[in-house]
Amino acid sequence: MSASAQAIGPRAAAKPSSLKRSRRWALWWSYVFLVLFAIFFLMPPVYMLIMGLKTSSEIAAMTNPWWVFHPTLENFKALLSSTQYLTFFRNSAVIAVAVVAITMLIAVPAAFSLGRMKFWGSTTLATGVFLTYLIPDSLLFIPLFKIMAWVHETTGIALLNHWWALIIIYPTLTVPFCTWIMIGYFQSIPRELDEAALIDGAGYIQMLTKIFLPVALPGIIAATIFAFTVSWSEFLYPMAFTVSTDQLVLPVGIVTTLIKGDVYNWGQIMGACLLGAAPPLIIYAFLMDYYIAGLTAGATKG
Amino acid sequence: MAEVTLRKLVKHYDATPAVRGIDLNISDKEFVVLVGPSGCGKSTTLRMIAGLEDITGGDVLIGGEVVNDVPPKDRDIAMVFQNYALYPHMSVYENMSFGLRLKKTPKDEIARRVSNAAQILDISELLDRKPKQLSGGQRQRVAMGRAIVRDPKVFLFDEPLSNLDAKLRVQMRTEIKKVHQKVRTTTVYVTHDQVEAMTLADRVVVMNGGNIEQVGTPNDLYHSPKTKFVAGFIGSPAMNFVPCALEEAAGALRVRLSDELAFPVPQNRTSRYRPYVGRGKLVFGLRPEHIMEQRPHLEANQTPFEVELDVTEPMGMETLVYFLVRGTEICGRVNPNAGARDGSRMKLVADLNNIHLIDDESGKVL
Repeated sequence: MSASAQAIGPRAAAKPSSLKRSRRWALWWSYVFLVLFAIFFLMPPVYMLIMGLKTSSEIAAMTNPWWVFHPTLENFKALLSSTQYLTFFRNSAVIAVAVVAITMLIAVPAAFSLGRMKFWGSTTLATGVFLTYLIPDSLLFIPLFKIMAWVHETTGIALLNHWWALIIIYPTLTVPFCTWIMIGYFQSIPRELDEAALIDGAGYIQMLTKIFLPVALPGIIAATIFAFTVSWSEFLYPMAFTVSTDQLVLPVGIVTTLIKGDVYNWGQIMGACLLGAAPPLIIYAFLMDYYIAGLTAGATKG
Repeated sequence: MAEVTLRKLVKHYDATPAVRGIDLNISDKEFVVLVGPSGCGKSTTLRMIAGLEDITGGDVLIGGEVVNDVPPKDRDIAMVFQNYALYPHMSVYENMSFGLRLKKTPKDEIARRVSNAAQILDISELLDRKPKQLSGGQRQRVAMGRAIVRDPKVFLFDEPLSNLDAKLRVQMRTEIKKVHQKVRTTTVYVTHDQVEAMTLADRVVVMNGGNIEQVGTPNDLYHSPKTKFVAGFIGSPAMNFVPCALEEAAGALRVRLSDELAFPVPQNRTSRYRPYVGRGKLVFGLRPEHIMEQRPHLEANQTPFEVELDVTEPMGMETLVYFLVRGTEICGRVNPNAGARDGSRMKLVADLNNIHLIDDESGKVL
């Protein structure tokens, strides 16, 4: 009896259970696809780096596109010593920071009131906010152009061909979506939490600043990342609303100044794109930890 | 002075009535439990006392003042929620002191009150932890601590033990009772669990369908329920109900349950029950604990009878026996050594001092 039990023991241990095996298969396939995706998405930046390190003559010679034979930092030096590129960079940076600030100042209180303070028409309004986001910006830039011209005529404030005017324009893209994300986040916070705060003596402002903001931090960071990315990479509006070289932002500036007629300065274009992609990358890397950390854990049961 | 009074309190959600005009007086330092099945309006009533729910009609008075339009923070109440509702980003200390800090209480006063409450609840060593580092029972204590430090006029508990496992629930129940004995604050406690209601309350308020069925001490409700609902809701296992007819023969009354089974009505009840002789739709009610095994000496009004057992459930300290009377299952509680077995015949005794006769149409206990 005991002998047969011993015989079964090691055999059962040697053969992995079907659950274990299927888990291993699932992991294996996840890795295969993760690696494929990583290669696919990392190829453009790697290509930009390689091209940025080549001289124009090496690029023109059409040598192996994945190898640099005579690496040089000339392209980057030229970019950083040209005031134009630095101006584009500064314009983009100031706009992005200002737009993020304005967006959060509008979206967070809007989402709090729409998502939490039930009032007549709040649901309809919330849906309306989302519908605004669904209208593509390619449909809006002509009416917006008209409005800016009209503002100039009536008030004398020139909005066209001024980079700072984009600070007013971009929130039309970012605010609806960020409000929508934040509504979702605020609604996921258990209702008892604001009731407890209400009984503890908090007003709505204190409830927002002391309870909702800290608890919804992951959502706020998600919205911040979105607003920053949109204003950093927006192409159509700055293309339409700014003309003079010193008023351009990065995406428009790169293509309009580094392509001269039919001469494509590929080395500098690639280098400029790579440098331009750095700030969002740094911000993502910095905020990801906060983003992933689930702060609502422990608020209620579970 | 912190009694709570409800006057003709009504709550409608759109057109659906949730609370239908209830009156209730809760005296200072009293522990009152609102109990009833889900949807009976007990939580809505509590939330109206808290000010979290608008009042459709009637008045809520706290300490003699009408507070219908007073916001929750100015009602001087504290509430403990079913899912604790601790602020996840704050430590236990910060959670407990949040209300005091909002009121700009001096720091040393806050520290004194928090440490005092932490001592009562035995959570002094948890003050630096975050809620997610705590177990369910500890979170529940912190939630109670948050209520105690505020030193409010009234404590409101909204099913505070429902999220805990059975063992912890019993432990925390005792804990809540001890805390109330120490701080003596007027308490309104909502639960759907009649055992919790019976064990904790000075007075129990049984609610059903937005109305109060009965208010009374736990013993009142158990021994003299006023309605069939209360009779069936309080007590576990629940009271047996069997349709019956009331007969009169030679001046004595009998309750007939079936052709074979009829019980004599005790002398002291005959005058009370006589008007109902021959009337239809009567229900006979008797708790399982009043159906026992045959004993050598029968006391007054104990009547023996014999049945064929359907199912038996040994519980250790007692055995529950089930048998059928005209298709209705009846439960009795017998001594585990009385030899009750599934399908066997057994001699039982009904203690008729504790019978209830119910008019099935009005639901009133006669």
